[in-house]
Amino acid sequence: MRARNIFVGAAFALLAGGMAHSALAQDIKIGEINSYSLLPAFTEPYRKGWQLAVEEINAAGGINGKKLVVVSKDDGGKPADAQTAANELVSSEGVAMLTGTFLSNIGLAVSDFANQKKVFFLAAEPLTDAVTWSKGNKYTFRLRPSNYMQAAMLVEAASKLPAKRWATIAPNYEYGQSAVAVFKKLMSEKRPDIQWVDEQWPPQGKIDAGPVVQAVAAANPEAILNVTFGADLVKLVREGNTRGLFKGREVVSFLTGEPEYLDPLKEETPAGWIVTGYPWYSIKTPEHDAFLKAYQAKYNDYPRLGSIVGYQTIKAAAAILAKAGSTDPEKLIAAAEGLSMPSPFGEITFRKIDHQSTLGAFVGKTALKDGKGVMVESVYRKGADYLPSDAEVEKLRPKD
Amino acid sequence: MAFYVVQFLTGLASAASLFLVASGLSIIFGVTRIVNFAHGAFYMIGAYVAFTLTERLSGAFGFWGGIVVAAFAVALIGVIVEMVLLRRIYHAPELFQLLATFGLTLMVEDLVVLIWGPDDLVGRRAPGFRGAIDFFGQNIPSYDLFLIVLGPVVLGILWLLFQRTRWGVLVRAATQDRDMVAALGVNQKWLFTSVFAVGVFLAALGGALQIPRDAVHHAMDLRIIVEVFVVVVIGGLGSIIGAFVAAVLVSELNAFGILIFPKISIILVFLVMAAVLIVRPWGLFGKPEAPARKTPGLTVNPWRPLTSNERLAALAALVIAATLPLFAGNYALTVGSEIAIFVIFAVSLHFLMSVGGLASFGHAAYFGLGAYGVAFLAKMAGLPMIVCLLLGPLLGCMGAAVFGFFAVQLSGVYFAMLTLAFAQIVWSIAFQWVSVTGGDNGILGVWPSSWAASPSHFYWIALGVAALVTIALRAMVFSPFGYALRATRDSLLRTEAIGINAKRIQWTAFVIAGTTAGIGGALFAYLKGSVFPDNLGISLSVDALVMVLLGGVETVSGAVIGAIVYKALNIWLVSQTDLSKLVLGGFIVLIVVVFPKGIVGMLEMLAQRRKSTSPPGATLLAKPMGSAE
Amino acid sequence: MSVAPPLLAVEGLTKSYGGIHAVRGVSFSLRAGEILALIGPNGAGKSTCFDMLNGQNRPDTGHVRLLGKDTTGKKPREIWRMGVGRTFQITATFATMTVRENVQVALISHEKQLFNLWGSAPNFDRGEAGRLLELVGMGGYADRPCGELAYGDLKRLELAVALANQPKLLLMDEPTAGMAPRERVELMRLTAQIAREKSIGVLFTEHDMDVVFEHADRIIVLNRGTLIAEGSPAEVRGNPQVQAVYLGEGLLYDAQHREGASA
Repeated sequence: MRARNIFVGAAFALLAGGMAHSALAQDIKIGEINSYSLLPAFTEPYRKGWQLAVEEINAAGGINGKKLVVVSKDDGGKPADAQTAANELVSSEGVAMLTGTFLSNIGLAVSDFANQKKVFFLAAEPLTDAVTWSKGNKYTFRLRPSNYMQAAMLVEAASKLPAKRWATIAPNYEYGQSAVAVFKKLMSEKRPDIQWVDEQWPPQGKIDAGPVVQAVAAANPEAILNVTFGADLVKLVREGNTRGLFKGREVVSFLTGEPEYLDPLKEETPAGWIVTGYPWYSIKTPEHDAFLKAYQAKYNDYPRLGSIVGYQTIKAAAAILAKAGSTDPEKLIAAAEGLSMPSPFGEITFRKIDHQSTLGAFVGKTALKDGKGVMVESVYRKGADYLPSDAEVEKLRPKD
Repeated sequence: MAFYVVQFLTGLASAASLFLVASGLSIIFGVTRIVNFAHGAFYMIGAYVAFTLTERLSGAFGFWGGIVVAAFAVALIGVIVEMVLLRRIYHAPELFQLLATFGLTLMVEDLVVLIWGPDDLVGRRAPGFRGAIDFFGQNIPSYDLFLIVLGPVVLGILWLLFQRTRWGVLVRAATQDRDMVAALGVNQKWLFTSVFAVGVFLAALGGALQIPRDAVHHAMDLRIIVEVFVVVVIGGLGSIIGAFVAAVLVSELNAFGILIFPKISIILVFLVMAAVLIVRPWGLFGKPEAPARKTPGLTVNPWRPLTSNERLAALAALVIAATLPLFAGNYALTVGSEIAIFVIFAVSLHFLMSVGGLASFGHAAYFGLGAYGVAFLAKMAGLPMIVCLLLGPLLGCMGAAVFGFFAVQLSGVYFAMLTLAFAQIVWSIAFQWVSVTGGDNGILGVWPSSWAASPSHFYWIALGVAALVTIALRAMVFSPFGYALRATRDSLLRTEAIGINAKRIQWTAFVIAGTTAGIGGALFAYLKGSVFPDNLGISLSVDALVMVLLGGVETVSGAVIGAIVYKALNIWLVSQTDLSKLVLGGFIVLIVVVFPKGIVGMLEMLAQRRKSTSPPGATLLAKPMGSAE
Repeated sequence: MSVAPPLLAVEGLTKSYGGIHAVRGVSFSLRAGEILALIGPNGAGKSTCFDMLNGQNRPDTGHVRLLGKDTTGKKPREIWRMGVGRTFQITATFATMTVRENVQVALISHEKQLFNLWGSAPNFDRGEAGRLLELVGMGGYADRPCGELAYGDLKRLELAVALANQPKLLLMDEPTAGMAPRERVELMRLTAQIAREKSIGVLFTEHDMDVVFEHADRIIVLNRGTLIAEGSPAEVRGNPQVQAVYLGEGLLYDAQHREGASA
């Protein structure tokens, strides 16, 4: 029937498409997957970051003399599509390793794929603890500080607050739920006197901010933990400002100091929130200065956190490939475990025990300056200091 | 007490914006019977245009002027869309317009990023409505009060428009009986255009008015469209009052619901809709649809089984497809498997939609249930793959049996919306019940046993199952049951008069379609090695609809082609470009205009034409797609 | 004359809508092979009465018995299963199916094969379907799409469909409405012939008095919901009350005739 004719035709087309891409043998190819079409606000700076890294690496002679090529694919924000892309990169493009991903579920899907197909995978941005712990596997490494690490950094600051009555606002899905759970657990360990008086779980991307703000206010907490981000955060902040929710209350908020989330708030930026983030304007280290200068020269734009992650992902990939001197996944794993390297945030190490990098984050307070949101009093927290003990990690992670 | 009053007022403010958008959708549907999927896109463009204007124009006049001008500008875009695109396809089969507006939505999502950039945009606060008003110690934003007043004002204006103008009378008449208006000699074209313009204006206004409270971004459309559909359906299609009451109902339930069940808002609207539709099948203020007079032009080409030559050709094509592993690489094989799985999914919906006349907007629920069924069996019970594949789809079957029972009590758009509601409820459970389903992070490690793990083996399995399913469903079309099902689609009155219990026939079809979708989902779980709530999501349900419509809803097996073309194109575009939505949307719009009967429907028409008038040159034109005589 | 129960026995049917009596205490009966016409001016309650016989509508009080079995309040499909075929004023057929398939669906239902998923429907009782179509003079149209048929042919098709379950009783609502005069005569002649041959009782409503008086064995007349006359065509024609009703309504048989012809 016609059906099958076209079917076969389509298969031929795909086959031909795959052949057209075959690269030069002396290149080293890295496959990269991210949610470019779904989350352009985060992935555009990220892409600029890794493109800068590729340029720098090749200008410096490539990887052991071979040119580095990154083949990048969009996943449309769907785990299933990310796997199709991963498959194409591995089967058709013959990449040496996979990198990228932003959303936790996509990170996990690609990680599971990597484990099944025995491919090295360096997860760039997904936050969920599962990537390195409960669903961790031999082939998967992660760069960005995890949910647990960010929570631990925030708890350190939050536990010093006098507030005893706490409320939480978090998007109602795995990320929001686990962020709240870890924060509560660590917080209660340090401060047994704390009471949790209200929790709000707006649907991700669909917060009805007015009623949520009103309900939190009614519980009259002394402090609020916020996990919402993006457009939800904007709505929450606007409603909260108008209704005076944040007046006289401490707020601790995940990720809000990242330019991706802070900048859109403009003059609505609430002051004094304790946040994790990336104050690119106030980091004064030689490593970061070099990165900042190169980034601004190339793009005439300032970097976001995604830029750092993208940049460092490819830098790390290159370091691993260079050390391994091979594209064999087992050798890549051996090279990556315990590997230390410089980054714009200082030296980082990929831990052998759980494949988590020790890249840290900045913790500081939000402030309004010239009609724009900024982080002040920022301090860099090294990732290594906010991870549980090795014995605990052993328990969390399945044996390889 | 003051708190509850303020919470109530907050709910009313949310209701106002929902009402604006919903009323526009309701009016458009009432008159043109178009399920305007692009309504959310117009809402989003309204917000973007208003953002640009209010940033450029200063002062209070600049702000309010910008809002109104933006709504008019977007209404103008609506007029162009109606005249250039929709006018061409009013006579296409029902729901085909949905495909066109879906294509538009895809395009708009990429276009706004190209025009306005990827960042979330936060616009000005409304001059004069920046602060809050103190109400016994509770703060009410003054902009909320503005919206609370605006809602009933717009309702009043619409009411006057409909009751006091000739245009309004025509619109109401058309809402009740389209044919009658045509018979009255009214210029239907302009009536439709003006109605579409008014509807789009309301959507854009609703979007523009979000500027002071929301961020403007490229996913705004999806955030609102489903909720708006739900409001329209709860209120009753075509009823403005209904849209208002439903918007208030949904918003207030949400405002107070979160006080008792903070996690409920994610499914609340769907629970309300399901409950309303089960009790009042036409919504709160809706009227039973006049028994649909079949549009002329509906298949006058009765379906027939394949001739023996055609069977041989189909078999040959299958054999050729089965040789793919001999020369194709792993990636092509995996893509082939994925396409085969979507063929299963598409033909299952096609069976329900084309043969049964029941367009489900939530068919992914059964696909996803099949996938979760497999994941539960494989991960929790540790059963071998073959057992999981056989038993997993039963979860889809059970879901279809339960939901289908309620859904087949309704028909038309109400049926579609109830299926959507059920799918959303299932999705929410998968999304939120983290301890069982893993929530958003899904269930990982559902990989096939070693005998099926190689891409070629898996491809053969997927292809074989797809072929079997397609053949089985085709055989069912020409079975006594298939005849009975088609009969219920054509005339409920007559089926009842010849002793057929139509609801039971339709229910059975629903269960068959759901189980079949579950088979697809079960295979999909093994193909991907994991299961996520996405597998039950709206976008997958829409994909299935698009595949069926693309293939041709009036054909016996058009969905096979629709699935292959759509899925192959989709995978290829996502791999090649970040603007896949723009290209895919453009392609769909093009297909809709060029092939108003779908790809296979068009081929059949060409073949028909070639048979009747066969000048020597014409055969060449009809040949390329290789029709199957 | 046998003493068996009549084919159809209607006893004291009453139905009212919001205080208005649409049908009040109507009783009549029908024997096998008999053709009975139900007439009356517009609004007399014919349709309501008819709908209560076929199950579309449930009477407030009263009973309908078919061969002694009570069918009151049963659903249309259950009444069909008891041996009642019917045709509609505005034809209801399966527009996207062929003429033969329309009949086959009825046969499938009659033989309780509705949930047969694997059989071949195109070959299902093909012979019987053909015979039924021949019977109504549609044998040559079997493969035509139903949506293409002329109105008169649709009426014949409906008759064939109605006969598929070998009914004991045919309920025909305005069987000749919308047909040309010559077609009307043909259809009713055919119906009468089939009814006599197969000993089927026929109850029909009709506007066209020529059709009524030519083909009915017996006529019952409704006015304002009550039965005002019953008898042979000659008796009814001569009944002063009937004449008064039609004259009172300002409608002569002649006028009725014309109205029917133009409907």
